Amino acid sequence: MFTENQYIWLIFLIPLLSFAVISLILKPFFKNKPKIAGYVTIAAVASSFLLSLWVLIQLIGAPHHELSVPDISWVIIEGGASINLGLIVDPLTGIMLMVVTVVSLMVQIYSQGYMKDDPGYHRYYAAMSLFTTAMLGLVLANSLLLMFVFWELVGLCSYLLIGFWFHRPSAANAAKKAFLTTRLGDFGFLAGILLLYANTGTFNVVELHELAASGMLAGTVLTWGAIGIFAGAVGKSAQFPLHVWLPDAMEGPTPVSALIHAATMAAAGVFLVGRTYPLFENSATALQTVAIIGGFTAIFAASIGLVQNDIKRVLAYSTISQLGYMMLGLATGGVAVGIFHLFNHAFFKALLFLGAGSVNHATKTFDMREMGGLRKAMPKTYATFLIGALSLAGIWPLSGFWSKDEILVKSLENQPVLFALAMITVFMTAFYMFRVIFMTFGGEYRGKEHLHESSSVMTIPLIILAVLAFGSGLFNITGGFGAFFGHGETYSFIEGFFGIFAHLLPWLSLLLAGLGIFMAYAIYNKKWLSAEAMGKRFAPLYKLFYHKYWFDELYEGIIVKKFLIGGIFRVFHFFDSKIIDGGVNTRFVQGFIVRNLFSWFKSFDQKGVDGAVTGVADTTLIAGKTIRRVQTGQLQFYGLIIGMGIIILIASLFLFG
Amino acid sequence: MTIGLEHYLVLSAILFSIGLYGALAKHNAIVILMCIEIMLSAVNIALVAFSRYIVPLQLTGQIFAIFAIAIAAAETAVGLAIIISIYRSRETIDAGKIDLMKW
Repeated sequence: MFTENQYIWLIFLIPLLSFAVISLILKPFFKNKPKIAGYVTIAAVASSFLLSLWVLIQLIGAPHHELSVPDISWVIIEGGASINLGLIVDPLTGIMLMVVTVVSLMVQIYSQGYMKDDPGYHRYYAAMSLFTTAMLGLVLANSLLLMFVFWELVGLCSYLLIGFWFHRPSAANAAKKAFLTTRLGDFGFLAGILLLYANTGTFNVVELHELAASGMLAGTVLTWGAIGIFAGAVGKSAQFPLHVWLPDAMEGPTPVSALIHAATMAAAGVFLVGRTYPLFENSATALQTVAIIGGFTAIFAASIGLVQNDIKRVLAYSTISQLGYMMLGLATGGVAVGIFHLFNHAFFKALLFLGAGSVNHATKTFDMREMGGLRKAMPKTYATFLIGALSLAGIWPLSGFWSKDEILVKSLENQPVLFALAMITVFMTAFYMFRVIFMTFGGEYRGKEHLHESSSVMTIPLIILAVLAFGSGLFNITGGFGAFFGHGETYSFIEGFFGIFAHLLPWLSLLLAGLGIFMAYAIYNKKWLSAEAMGKRFAPLYKLFYHKYWFDELYEGIIVKKFLIGGIFRVFHFFDSKIIDGGVNTRFVQGFIVRNLFSWFKSFDQKGVDGAVTGVADTTLIAGKTIRRVQTGQLQFYGLIIGMGIIILIASLFLFG
Repeated sequence: MTIGLEHYLVLSAILFSIGLYGALAKHNAIVILMCIEIMLSAVNIALVAFSRYIVPLQLTGQIFAIFAIAIAAAETAVGLAIIISIYRSRETIDAGKIDLMKW
């Protein structure tokens, strides 16, 4: 049955099945045993993971690192196009499958502890299954159309999960904001797909790549098509100017944040650019746009992260910033560089979020001002969180160092201005991460909760992820990761591991990161410098960062309230009330109809009609009294009678007509 | 799978039935209004499909559908206005409790 790699379909069909089983069977019939839903999801994701691992092993052995899966004919429109369903299995797919399944599996296991006793347990796991399905489908799909379907499914699931605690208005609003903001980018994506389809007649990614590489698809069409696709990526990956939804998405349960930030939604945008990379490669303008947006977002988001007090928000801005790095890496160094950072980032960011969730479990808050001193109470969480933070800050030899270094090298070659911004971001990243560490784990406890380490169902995923966050960077020390993607040379392990210090750049970035950590140590641990005094000293900057450059206010207050409601809608209102109501009502209705026409009717009525009518009316009244009981006043009862009447009419037409 | 006229008609019938069920069985007046919209959409699909497959060179069904959409928008506006005014006077939009026209 599974000839020619058709088993690959199962990778995303199994979680889909789990979604169906949970929502159609477990939710209605096994309401009292919510745990089963969790086990079903974990089993489904685990089997997807094993299949993905098998696919990756096959890929490494396959010629050109590609597996072919036969397409399935989906629809043929008479006299029009035919659309195929198909999978693409190349190195990019193989790596993304691993990232998505590993992180998702860890998150599902962790959620068993985090979501314990939540009344929406079934709903949670059903949505998580669907979320994983959507992301795996997106990774595997070989046509832009199918990708768009899964893309929207990712958006829908994020809406469901961010608004998981929908009875809280803030969560409901955050869900709406995430959905609408990303929809804005998706519109560009759809426009890009249609533009490309109109000019080439195909949705297939591989065919589009060939057209772009051969120069058949070029010029403004290619540029606008690529920029359209990038607009979709900007929305999902929360790049400037559509970044506003990601920090608010923190309203969802913490494991959801981990999944969104590390492996699914936010990574989807970067993946999309990676998947359609040949389109960007052949358009200098599009590539330039990606680089500028990415580089700017990296420093922009990092600067906001410097001053936030909510631990999850710091991590959220850090994600936006790191996604900016990935975009910059993609634009300057190619698929392998950008995706390598995505690969490493997935592990340490999932680790950091799950660590933050573990902290929240003990302290019942996300506000770092009410934490402190957790080092002693939660040693496992502290140790794993520290590894994640060091990795994110880019300290040798943890994973973040290797991928960040590659991005810096490539951006120095191609975009010197953006390279300078990226270097400042290195400093900021180290500073804000260690600000989190010292405020959360260092010093004395400032809250009132009774502290305790989380249960092992939560700490074991943390430890597994910490091992990955520590070691995932080693995959490319020999250049193997790049070679897997088809470019770059390989060298021996020792040469790669220590040889990196033969260059000046790693020293510089390590120095900046070290400086950031030292600054955080000085301000938040030793208090040589007072944070408040610094805030006052640089008050304008502090305010600017703290209020996130006033982007929420700009979008909601000015664009929505002033421009839409105050401007356009107001003109409509004016038109309605003054011109239509004023003109029609006063001049025509009152002036002409009431004064002239009605007075004539009135005299006719009173003299002629009344007498004749009274007699008829009495008869009608008696008849009405008897049959009025049919009129129940229930609109839907009438509707039912009408519906049944129509069915009887149609049936009799068939029977006797 | 080759998409033919019957696929569209079956889709249309399914949508219409969903809408009809909702319009007859739901209590919330706004949901009823939404269900009526679903029924209208079903009709539009059928109109466009018939037109595409039976008289492909003429745009009759499409024009009908556009009119239906425009009228549907107006109908929704009026419907919502009625619901608002009912809510103001009776403090409920439960269709079962709105029986002003009872004998």
